[in-house]
Amino acid sequence: MNTRGLRSQLKDSVPVTGLCPQAGSYGVQDSLRRGFSSVKNELLPSHPLELSEKNFQLNQDKMNFNTLRNIQGLHAPLKLQMEYRAARQIQRLPFLPSSNLALDTLRGTDDSIGFEDILNDPVLSEIMGDPHIMTEYKLGVL
Amino acid sequence: MLNTSTKTLTGGFSFENTRRNAVLEANLSEKGYSAPNARKTGTTIAGLIFKDGVILGADTRATDDMVVADKNCMKIHYIAPKIYCCGAGVAADAEVTTQMMSSNVELHSLSTGRPPLVAMVTRQLKQMLFRYQGHIGSSLIVGGVDINGPQLYSIYPHGSYDKLPFLTMGTVTFSLPPFFEQTQSEQNLEEAKQLVRDAITAGIFCDLGSGSNVDLCVITEKTVDYLRAYDQPVQKGLREGTYRYKPGTTAVLTKTVTPLTLDVVDESVQVMDTE
Repeated sequence: MNTRGLRSQLKDSVPVTGLCPQAGSYGVQDSLRRGFSSVKNELLPSHPLELSEKNFQLNQDKMNFNTLRNIQGLHAPLKLQMEYRAARQIQRLPFLPSSNLALDTLRGTDDSIGFEDILNDPVLSEIMGDPHIMTEYKLGVL
Repeated sequence: MLNTSTKTLTGGFSFENTRRNAVLEANLSEKGYSAPNARKTGTTIAGLIFKDGVILGADTRATDDMVVADKNCMKIHYIAPKIYCCGAGVAADAEVTTQMMSSNVELHSLSTGRPPLVAMVTRQLKQMLFRYQGHIGSSLIVGGVDINGPQLYSIYPHGSYDKLPFLTMGTVTFSLPPFFEQTQSEQNLEEAKQLVRDAITAGIFCDLGSGSNVDLCVITEKTVDYLRAYDQPVQKGLREGTYRYKPGTTAVLTKTVTPLTLDVVDESVQVMDTE
């Protein structure tokens, strides 16, 4: 896979619900599920770090894969990305938090502690998505 | 909350409330109030390399704007058996940063099988602080002894670092270096301790944000000495007078004694159910 293609996955704005074609069932903004929104809220980040944090892992991967491609050739990032994709598919049911153990081991984050392990740990989250809705969304039936 | 119904949850910082907080602060300041400020450690911290190792020194006052929040807080944090870190800036940021770093260092040294290097601690700290672009407001002095000898690094909130034989940070950064420029690297332990103590005392007397006691931490190849309250340059004032009255000050005019006679009316025994 082209590592330059990772750029298309970068989020350069918080997603817009009202103007987006996948807004809701009738093409209008889905207030019930997505909450109130205004154009300013959706287009501009509320904190200078919000976007950089959202894209941090992706940017790191992009940089590392590019370096690896330049040093070892195309095969190295290709193989690694194949492994990442395989590991990313090992998940529990959509509404349950999964440990992502294989993915962490591949990334090397299994022996380091960062803020994502201390703050807002999904395991301790007080809210849970509705199981039926989340499974339907995952399967594309919704 | 509604719009997270179909998203997968991730850990880390959540920016959901930043807009709400900005609106709240704007409303408050219209009425003349202000939002609470983070507790800072307006601080004097210093470090010095001497003949056998490293000495770190710090004062012990934490302030909430203009009020002393903690008279005896610990600013020298443990990172590894031979590596300690002084933290200045926002107290909570320094505390959490050093705790996370201590865990990371332990994991790393378990996976490499070697004792940690001070340079490794510095690198991880500066990469993390740069990632958050200075929003984590903690300035740190990392000092320790490892396979390469005694080392001292200072790290600023935005992620820059310095490696020097003597360092000072905190609110009095600019008045202390003259002390340390008298230092020679082959000083012995007592002279070095005296020098750091003098420097921190100067900070305590000359800066409103620093006060109370001087803490020292002496790290050498063989031992670590954490000298909490090594010196107390400022004593609380003694009360000269007393408000207590001597017994007999109030004259007794009359005295009446009424004995209460009590008869036993009924006696019953209730067994406690201890099963």
